[in-house]
Order: sequence, then structure tokens, then C-alpha cells
Amino acid sequence: MHNKTISELALGLRVGDFTSVELTRSYLDRVSKFNNELNSYITVCEESALQSAEIADRRIRAGEAEPLLGIPIAHKDIFCTEGVKTSCGSKMLDNFIAPYDAHVVSLFNQSGAVMLGKTNMDEFAMGSSNENSYYGPVHNPWKLEAVPGGSSGGSASAVAAGLCVAATGTDTGGSIRQPAAFCGITGLKPTYGRVSRYGMIAFASSLDQGGPMTRTAEDAAAMLQVMAGFDPRDSTSADQPVPDYMAGLGNDLSGLRIGVPKEYLGGGLDADIEASIQLALAEYTRMGAELVEISLPNTQLGVPTYYVVAPAECSSNLSRFDGVRYGYRCSDPKDLEDLYKRSRGEGFGPEVKRRIMIGTYALSAGYYDAYYLKAQKIRHLISDDFREAFKKVDVIMGPTAPSTAFGIGEKSDDPVTMYLSDIYTIAVNLAGLPGMSIPVKPVGGMPVGLQLIGNYFEEAKLLNVAHRLQQETDWHSATPAGFE
Amino acid sequence: MSLERSDVEKIAHLARLAVSDDELEAVTSDLSNILNLVEQMETADTEGVEPMAHPLHMTQRLREDEATEQDQRNLFQSLAPLTDEGLYLVPRVIE
Repeated sequence: MHNKTISELALGLRVGDFTSVELTRSYLDRVSKFNNELNSYITVCEESALQSAEIADRRIRAGEAEPLLGIPIAHKDIFCTEGVKTSCGSKMLDNFIAPYDAHVVSLFNQSGAVMLGKTNMDEFAMGSSNENSYYGPVHNPWKLEAVPGGSSGGSASAVAAGLCVAATGTDTGGSIRQPAAFCGITGLKPTYGRVSRYGMIAFASSLDQGGPMTRTAEDAAAMLQVMAGFDPRDSTSADQPVPDYMAGLGNDLSGLRIGVPKEYLGGGLDADIEASIQLALAEYTRMGAELVEISLPNTQLGVPTYYVVAPAECSSNLSRFDGVRYGYRCSDPKDLEDLYKRSRGEGFGPEVKRRIMIGTYALSAGYYDAYYLKAQKIRHLISDDFREAFKKVDVIMGPTAPSTAFGIGEKSDDPVTMYLSDIYTIAVNLAGLPGMSIPVKPVGGMPVGLQLIGNYFEEAKLLNVAHRLQQETDWHSATPAGFE
Repeated sequence: MSLERSDVEKIAHLARLAVSDDELEAVTSDLSNILNLVEQMETADTEGVEPMAHPLHMTQRLREDEATEQDQRNLFQSLAPLTDEGLYLVPRVIE
């Protein structure tokens, strides 16, 4: 049951092969069996999940046929869920019971999806390995000593191990795509503004974007259909029509122009990973697509620029955690300044504190022009690189990450090395474009992700291109040993 | 870019973050390394380039100035560490 796609399960529910209660129960059983070793979930909502499943069963019996009705999913613990702990992976919010639902959560509730629980993540979505969680590292189901990637590592490992059908994630610099690549699943970061940020705890507001993490591109289309759309409560939500993502999945790829950035292949990329990417590209040419070499000349500036923009916005966003209104408060503060400093010093982990301090420094008097303004200008250059490229090609492809999943503890002492593992994903956020990662041929038994980058609001095209590969190959259907 | 411990103490104060003496050395070295990475930005020629504040170059939407939220003070204050009669309590600031 846990290897099936959303549409297969939806069919099973409609024809009465099983009920949503049975389906939900089987996923809850897997969660209780495997969560100890994987640590994918921070909170499991057994009771409310079974209640939602009962309601879904009644709706199904009444003839309703919404695609996600009765389907068990999980939400990254960055999305506020009314009445359910929403920790954002932080000690700061360990006691925080969200008083309202994020827009995305409301949409899934209305669609009749069943929420199994909240998934583990790097604290405040800051990290590429899930080692920065207050609740401990998440393990990769393909190799338990390896990281699942981050920051949406709990969602990625849960989907890969069959501990939910699909999950939500968020992506500020690669946090959906890189864990999707490391865990062998499909992940989509939509265009900035496509999915509402209301109730999604803010990290870097000009970069943050929620999206689906699934077993297949078809599942991602079904999930995005629910998530996407205008929300007046998010001031940067895009007021653009939402296409029918499922309808575009059958489109033929002949004549598709695929841009392959010369900066993404060769150079520092692992030769085996390059071979996997080339194999997938060859598959696309066999389907009638044409490969076009392109250049994204400012690629190397992506990581340095990101580490000004993201920390600057994070230092501002995280100033709300003050030990006064909600969240962690230190014991016995001697005065107000001590209350602020110790609540924040004790409530935040090391990586979050590093980024707050980098951001504070970059925004401080005398440094603004050299750091933040300079970064915003380079952001323009990076965005222009993509604009130029999309005059010549329909979609851009390359690796999602420079390596397969690394070992837990391998990079955790060296923040800069960790940051460089996001080199291929970060520029997409800086430009605000949609990006996707899908599994291609594994290397050494570990999953490899192919990254697809589309033009603004062309999620339908990305999903179609990803879906076609998954029709022709079976890389996406591999299951980690022990979790079959 | 190499920061001194005193720079980090100043930044930590601006950010209202307690950093213990034990942590200070490692934090100073980590922040210096990150700033070295960031300084690769200097290689870019940005003469005449407009700063990009929004990926889609959108301007902020405005809405009518009318109250849309209900009063949920009791609900929100139930999450607070310390309140009294609708007020958030902090250590005494006025002697």
C-alpha cells in the first residue's frame, strides 16, 4: 500500500478496496515502526488523523472524488497547524501550539487530505543536512548513517521510506530539491509567490517558497494543484491563474529545448554524478528533446550572495523571538536585556545564531552598501543570466547537488563547506524561478537528483517534463532496502 | 575578512544574543570564514546594476485600511510565558 501513488490510492479508496481509516492506520503503523530509526517526524497526530480519515470515508461514500480526499500526508513542521505543536525544529518553539492554520494547511484540510503529523527539519529551515534540528538528526532511509539533506529532511525521508504518501516542504536555497535528491524522491519548488507563505514560519521572505515532496511527478502535480493560488494574506502572493497541472502531463517532448549550463557539468562535479545526469539527458534526446549548451556566468556568485541576502532577512524575521509573547523564555532574567539575550541565546541553536549574526553585521551601519546592496545587485545579474538563457531554451537541466548524501557529522563542523553543497540550487531561489529534483540513476547505491529549472510560472511544463522521464524509466520507483 | 572577538561581542549585542565566553572563539572563526566566502562578491562588476528587491519586480499590494482581524487576545496570550490582566510581563524597566 505504501508504495502506491496518490492516484492509485485515490482509485482504491473510490472503488472500496480499502478505506481511508485503513490506509491511515497502515501509515501510522509504519511511522511507529520506523520513526525511531529515521526520526522523520517531530509530532505524530494519530487521533486527529484517524478522525480526518473517518470524515474522508464518509465524503467518499457520498460520492466525492477530490484527488487528495482520504490520502495521508505530512507537513513540514514550519507550517502552522492549529492546536498542534509547530516547532520549526527549534527549542525556541518547542512549547508553541499554533493558534491558526497556515494557508497551505487549510487548503489541504479542505481537500480532505489526512495529516499524519509534522516532519523534522533543520532549525528554522537553516541547513542542508537536517543535523541542525533541536529534535536530533534525521536519517536517510537509503543508508542510516547518511544525512537525508535539508532543510526538509524529515519530509524527504518520510516520503522515501513510505511513512506518508506525500509531504510538504519549503525551499529557501534548495531545501526541497536537495533532500529530494538525497532521498530519491520528487521535489518541486514553485515560482516565488505561487504558494502562499501565510502561516509558514519566515526565514528569508524574498526567497522562501513552499512546495510538494512526493514519489512521482504526477503526485507533485496533484499536490501543487491544492497548494498553488493567490492568497491576500501573503503580501507577495502572485495573483496569477493556476493551470490544471494534471492535464499537461501527457504533452509530447519533441522539439523541447533543454539548456545545459556549462558551469553545472564538469568542473567540481563528481564524475559518477555527471554520468547519471548525462544518462538522463540522453533519455530526453531519445524522446525528441534537443540539448543546447548555455552559460550562467554568475553561477559562482550564487552562494556568496545568498549568504548575505538570506542571513540579512533572517536576522530581521527572527527578531520576533524575544521571550515575551510566545516561545522559549530563559529562567530568572535579571532585566529586560538579559531576558532578550538569554532567551535567544538559549533558545536558538548554533547555525541559527551564526546566520542572525552574519545578517546583523551585513545590515549594520556602514556595511549595508558593501554587503546587502551589493548582494541585491548581484542577484539582478544572476536573474538576468536565467532570463537570457530562457530566450534560447524551454527548460534548464543539471545536477541538484554536487554529491550524493554525505555522512552524518561529516560536514557539521564546517559551515562554509556545508553552504557550498547548495551551489546548484541557490541561484534558482535568488532568481525566484521554479525548480524541481527527480531521481536518476543512483551512484554507489545512493540516489542522485536531476534538477529541472523552468521559467516563471511554468510549473506545468516542469511537471510534464519530469513525468515523461518517469514514464520511460523506473529510477523514481526504487525503494530503500528495509522499507519495501 | 577577519573579525576580532570584540567585533563578535558587538554584533551579538546588536542581535540581542547571549554568546558565552566559551563559544566566542569558535563563533569568531566561523563568522570570519563565512565573511571570507561572502567577499567573493567583490569580484562582480555591479556598476550601474539596479538592486533587485523582489524576484518578480512586483510592487507591494495595498489593501483597504479596515479592521479584518478579530480580537484573539486571550488565545494569543495563552501562549505567552507570563501575562497578567491582558498584559505581557517582563522584568521591571522603570524604577
